[in-house]
Amino acid sequence: MIAALALFLACQLIGETLVVLLGLPVPGPVLGMLLLLAWLLLRGGPSDSERQTAGGLLQHLSLLFVPAGTGVLLHIDRLADEALPIAVALVVSTLLGLAAAGLTLSWLSRRHSRGER
Amino acid sequence: MSSALIERPALEIWAYLAAQPLLWLSATLIAYALGFALQRRARGNPAVNPVLIAVALLAGLLVATGTPYRNYFDGAQFVHFLLGPATVALAIPLHGQLRRIVANAGPIFVALVVGSVVAAGSACLIAAVLGASPATIASLAPKSVTTPIAMGISEAIGGLASLTAVIVILTGIFGAIVGSSLLGRLGVRDDASVGFALGLAAHGVGSARALQISQEAGAFAALAMGLNGLFTALTLPWLVAPLQTLLGAG
Repeated sequence: MIAALALFLACQLIGETLVVLLGLPVPGPVLGMLLLLAWLLLRGGPSDSERQTAGGLLQHLSLLFVPAGTGVLLHIDRLADEALPIAVALVVSTLLGLAAAGLTLSWLSRRHSRGER
Repeated sequence: MSSALIERPALEIWAYLAAQPLLWLSATLIAYALGFALQRRARGNPAVNPVLIAVALLAGLLVATGTPYRNYFDGAQFVHFLLGPATVALAIPLHGQLRRIVANAGPIFVALVVGSVVAAGSACLIAAVLGASPATIASLAPKSVTTPIAMGISEAIGGLASLTAVIVILTGIFGAIVGSSLLGRLGVRDDASVGFALGLAAHGVGSARALQISQEAGAFAALAMGLNGLFTALTLPWLVAPLQTLLGAG
């Protein structure tokens, strides 16, 4: 578990370092995720402890949102001032995003699998 | 006078605890555990969201005790910090789905681009039309992306990372509640597409909902969440500057 956590942190560290060094507009952890993916491909897959550690972190992913979510206190004024644009943009764009992704994938994969037969 | 004397030790203990990270770290975990227990009692009803409950409890507690968010975050940062390694860890489910992604690369890639552009583009457009400030628009743009990535993107494009976090979490909760019924009404009923849409538009909270539908839906949600995070992180920072000039000029 410690080795797996060290591997994840090392990937993040290299990612953050590359972002700063090269001035990339991508968050460090995202680059870290790509580095870990490349590492897994090189090695032919994750070890059991890496899989367990990732499972443990991702199982409670929503807990990790709580400190940032509580930051709502810092933005009460802005949220109140711009309540209408924020609420409408959030609701409508989420509905549109769900519909666009779901309809596109179901339509294309039906065509794709028909083409294979 | 006498009540002030009795309150004094309590106030001293409070002052001591409030200065320690332990208090707000514990409060964060307890509030989440309470939210989680409530959702279990509601039989996993997506409307009873543990994050929403925990945030409401903590925000109420902070206001009631007059604690500044910064003091709270001194303790809660230990939980927040784990978002980084958790993002890196997404490589593992992504690696597990890689063969399937490669086999369906065409449809998945098109659905990713269409869904991602529609989700981010419509949010910016609607907010701009309704007169939101540039910082708010930039904070809304990555709203469908999982929090750690969204906060990084928001910072990179001139948004407020903590406002984005709040918007992202609200988006996830809303998407998880309405997702499957909306898609069912549109005739999208295969688990892969429903899961993909939930993960793309409602990130981790949507993925948790997709896992309640089936393992297949959950796997596609994790895939869509990872891909959308990556795609948005790679494209949005380059798109925002021209978009802002366009919106500013228009």
